Amino acid sequence: MSLFDHLAIFPVLIPFIVAVALLFPGLNNSLNKQRVVSITANVLMVVVAFSLLFKVQGEGIQVYALGDWSAPFGIVLVADLFSVLMVCLSAILGLAVTLYASAGEDKTGAFFHSLIMFQLMGINGAFLTGDAFNLFVFFEVLLIASYSLMIHGGGKQKTQANIHYVFLNLIGSSLFLFALGTLYGTLGTLNFADMADKIPLLSDNELLIAKSGALLLLAVFGLKAAMLPLHFWLPKAYSSTSTSVAALFAIMTKVGIYSIWRVHGVIFGDQAGELANIALPWLWPIALLTIAVASIAVLASKSLKVLCSNLVIVSVGTLLVTISLNTVQATSAGIYYLIHSTVACAAMFLLAGLIQQQRGQAEDRFVAARAMSQAGILGFIFALLAIALIGMPPLSGFVGKALILQSVTKASQAMWVFPLVLVGGLIAMIALARAGTSLFWQTTGENTSALKSHPMQYIAIGLLVGILPLMVIFGGTVNDYTQLAAEQLKAGLSLQQLNEVAK
Amino acid sequence: MELVYAICVGFMSACGIFLMLRGHTFTLVIGLTLLSYAVNLFLFASGGLTIGAPAVLNSSENYADPLPQALVLTAIVIGFAMTAFAVILAMRGRADLGSDHVDGIEPFDPLAEEKS
Repeated sequence: MSLFDHLAIFPVLIPFIVAVALLFPGLNNSLNKQRVVSITANVLMVVVAFSLLFKVQGEGIQVYALGDWSAPFGIVLVADLFSVLMVCLSAILGLAVTLYASAGEDKTGAFFHSLIMFQLMGINGAFLTGDAFNLFVFFEVLLIASYSLMIHGGGKQKTQANIHYVFLNLIGSSLFLFALGTLYGTLGTLNFADMADKIPLLSDNELLIAKSGALLLLAVFGLKAAMLPLHFWLPKAYSSTSTSVAALFAIMTKVGIYSIWRVHGVIFGDQAGELANIALPWLWPIALLTIAVASIAVLASKSLKVLCSNLVIVSVGTLLVTISLNTVQATSAGIYYLIHSTVACAAMFLLAGLIQQQRGQAEDRFVAARAMSQAGILGFIFALLAIALIGMPPLSGFVGKALILQSVTKASQAMWVFPLVLVGGLIAMIALARAGTSLFWQTTGENTSALKSHPMQYIAIGLLVGILPLMVIFGGTVNDYTQLAAEQLKAGLSLQQLNEVAK
Repeated sequence: MELVYAICVGFMSACGIFLMLRGHTFTLVIGLTLLSYAVNLFLFASGGLTIGAPAVLNSSENYADPLPQALVLTAIVIGFAMTAFAVILAMRGRADLGSDHVDGIEPFDPLAEEKS
């Protein structure tokens, strides 16, 4: 077996080893060394993620049986087109965030780079795993790293937001375990492929128990994904934490969305017999309400970071719509929109950090303040990101929304989705236009300070912003890919197929 | 035995949830601990309750399901770490915010003045 055969586990293994290495004295006492190691590791992860992507594209699904214990007895990592795409996304985001933080934000407290690495390990693991209990473990890894990252640097605001975030998620974790116990009690397995095989065979009196377990899982994933009515923690948590952490958290809600897709879209999806699509009647109204409520919150936001947090919730609502449409077309559109919204929101958070830095006391609040020293370049990036987030041509937001609207075929569904998504876009336009006006034009005097943002921070933002036009220029390629990923996801994977691939 | 076990788990969950509906971090931590005890017992029972059967193949006629025991072990370790973090955070919150209410300040209580 060559090293290349173990590629599927590298996205989990690299951040883990680097995170531990960063804790040792040789690296721990020099911030510069930490930055170099951390950025190198992130570049390596981008390379590994993309080579895994090409491998999956060329050879089909990769199944990695840990310790060579075959499923369902051992834990397997499953790298299919969708999961590997998410790993690539998290690798790029990780690189951008590390670059941005290396310009100075990592100085505010200890162990920043180590925590980022643990966080990436948890995120990648959650995307790749093919086992429900292992998903729980990776959720906990990414959560405990996120608890510490959110409070990194300290301060009253952060502590207060952190208390809400931590306790809510701890309750979520307990519910997760209850759900897993319930499902194990009825199905006798926690391997995703095996679960999907066994659900149609359940007897009548087990159905109700399995159903309650599945819906309990929906509540848990919904809490992570910030779907209504479990989204109240998000704006405060994301807006009070440090910039680079908020940008990394843009992918955290997507972990919840991804899990809903895997569990309620596939395992309890079309092939689940009596329990087919049990989450859909719940998801549909919740998705629409999430868009509506978050759009109102977007209008009411008083600072750029809060505005951006609310846009994250709007994107969560839009993605939930594509899940509940439950067609290959909608799933494909959803995956495209998922990449776009993660990248655009993360870039907007990073930009908000720069604006905050250059405006001094006024931070990123929408009040009149002194002009920014680099208002020209920041304003240009703001306009680009605003276009992408609103969903106007020529950037990827437009393509994503167009694909989603195109995938709505039934008139009864279009009646709800069209007005909500389009009015949501209009509201985003009004809110972002107002934000840009007050941040860049309502100035109370010339800028006197020569404060310039670090070039590395611009590189980090440029890395993310650069993806948006690329997703339009190579729109055909990306769309073909998401189409294949959606077909593969919807087709599901039986235990037999899984074990054949593993050989 | 199943009935007693189920009642115990249910009672502990109920107490845990009741305590977690309070607004102070101390009661939250206690509630969380109770809930994680309950969930550990619940997970343990998810493979079925058997008496006098080791979780080892070929050592006796009937054997217990080993997987829930492995799950419980993992859940205990994770739960312990999380509780430790929550306790430290609660102390930090008390120090930073001057109150152990989860919102950082005591909510306005119109009855408080009448009492005093």
